[in-house]
Amino acid sequence: MENTILKIVNLSAGFGKNWVLKNINLEIEKNKVIAIMGPSGCGKSTLIRCINRMHEITSGAILEGRIYLDGKDIFLMPPVAVRRKIGMVFQRPNPFPTMSIYDNVIAGYILNGIKLKREERDRIVEETLKKAYLWEEVKDVLYKRGVFLSGGQQQRLCIARALAMDPEILLLDEPTSSLDPKATSMIEELIIKLKKTVTVVLVTHNRAQAARVSDYTAFLYLGEIIEFDKTSRMFTAPKDKRTEEYLTGKFG
Amino acid sequence: MNLKRRILKDKLLKILVIFFSLSTLLPLFFVLFTVVKNGIAAIDLKFFTSLPVPAGEQGGGILNSIVGTFLLLIIAFLIASPFGILVGIFLTEVQNKFTDLLKILVNVLQGVPSIVMGIIGYLLVVKPMGGFSALSGGVALAFMMLPVVIKNTEETLRLVPSYLKEASFSLGTNYTRTILRVVLPAGMGGVFSGILIGILRIAGETAPLLFTAFGNPFLNINPLKPVDALPLLIFNYAMSPYEDWYKIAWGASFVLIMIVLILTIITKFIVRRWKTQF
Repeated sequence: MENTILKIVNLSAGFGKNWVLKNINLEIEKNKVIAIMGPSGCGKSTLIRCINRMHEITSGAILEGRIYLDGKDIFLMPPVAVRRKIGMVFQRPNPFPTMSIYDNVIAGYILNGIKLKREERDRIVEETLKKAYLWEEVKDVLYKRGVFLSGGQQQRLCIARALAMDPEILLLDEPTSSLDPKATSMIEELIIKLKKTVTVVLVTHNRAQAARVSDYTAFLYLGEIIEFDKTSRMFTAPKDKRTEEYLTGKFG
Repeated sequence: MNLKRRILKDKLLKILVIFFSLSTLLPLFFVLFTVVKNGIAAIDLKFFTSLPVPAGEQGGGILNSIVGTFLLLIIAFLIASPFGILVGIFLTEVQNKFTDLLKILVNVLQGVPSIVMGIIGYLLVVKPMGGFSALSGGVALAFMMLPVVIKNTEETLRLVPSYLKEASFSLGTNYTRTILRVVLPAGMGGVFSGILIGILRIAGETAPLLFTAFGNPFLNINPLKPVDALPLLIFNYAMSPYEDWYKIAWGASFVLIMIVLILTIITKFIVRRWKTQF
């Protein structure tokens, strides 16, 4: 594939003696939205947590295989460097409770001790919040704590926080599962707009969401990728019987 | 019939609960009342600003013990809080056989009688340095304060949700910075109140000071020289045969209780004010 930004080769991962992911191979194209879809417990979260090397933090984590970012093996890079290039947003909105909205956006810089000039900080905060479609709602309360925002706003703040580091890839781990439908549709619109600047990997157990926002979909089942194809093709003409059964709601 | 009996039982229990709650408060009120009544009579401005006078002379104050108490508390605070916070972080972050043992040891440390802490202070500081000092008293008190700070830090940091740590890691923050700039600030209120509770715990201790800080009738701010402390002064004066020394002991008790009371209020305030909303 041309324009490949991320290549996963023979990846297996799990906990203790239990392999959750079995021999995953996946190539992800730049500036696209890739949905990873599958029933609960199929290893979706584990898969994207491998991509930014968060899987290894868990005690008892096991891992085999290779992941290449722009052709470079991420397991040979320091985890800290990988995570700056590959941002992540979690299921539950988790802004830093001790920081203001402003500081939350540039938290990556603050926590890493990267000094920025005042104007530079202001610029990053404004630009990123605009990218995350949150600027209009919070521009007058920038110095209030982030935890006082609504759930959907908090989640967009977390997206802004990840975007502020200017990552190449943004991992979204079921970003709307704790949000109401309105907040969900705002996040979905945001995801579609984001692919201009960043490659998005979206984990979801919501088939409709995968269909709405993604260019490519990977169907993950029991730790294996059953099918990976253009979303439009997979949702209209799935090749594997299990994919078809999942899409028609026979399980999961 | 049955219903009536149940209602009656209910009322009876309520009365019992109220009765016993009030009766536990009685001793507290009695202590406060006695100390305030006897203490206030002894107190005037001179009481705070002058030094003790030799037995037989009238007047005299407790300036040396107030200064000494604060000096001891500051030394104990400076020793116990960094160690306590670091060990607390360690116990929160690491779980293995060693930390299990350490947790037991912290509990043991908490249960060690205060007089034994005094002996430890004597052996560790007084003996090698060749004399009684505020420093040795501070060390003995720090040993008493340490488990309180450790346990409070550990318990507060355990409450900091792991998703905050993950958020920090996901931004490329390393482990040390994550602990120092995300986890610790989120639990700061609890850590601080732990330190204050620790200070409250040691503010009234007499036994650890008997053969460390030793007592000193003169004003001293040198940590390497003996100092007096409020509980020491109360202990010595209350055992003396002089009537007006009793009065001074009452006054000192009042001052000590006020210090503890004010610290308690500050602690409550900090806990409420600095509570992090997750």
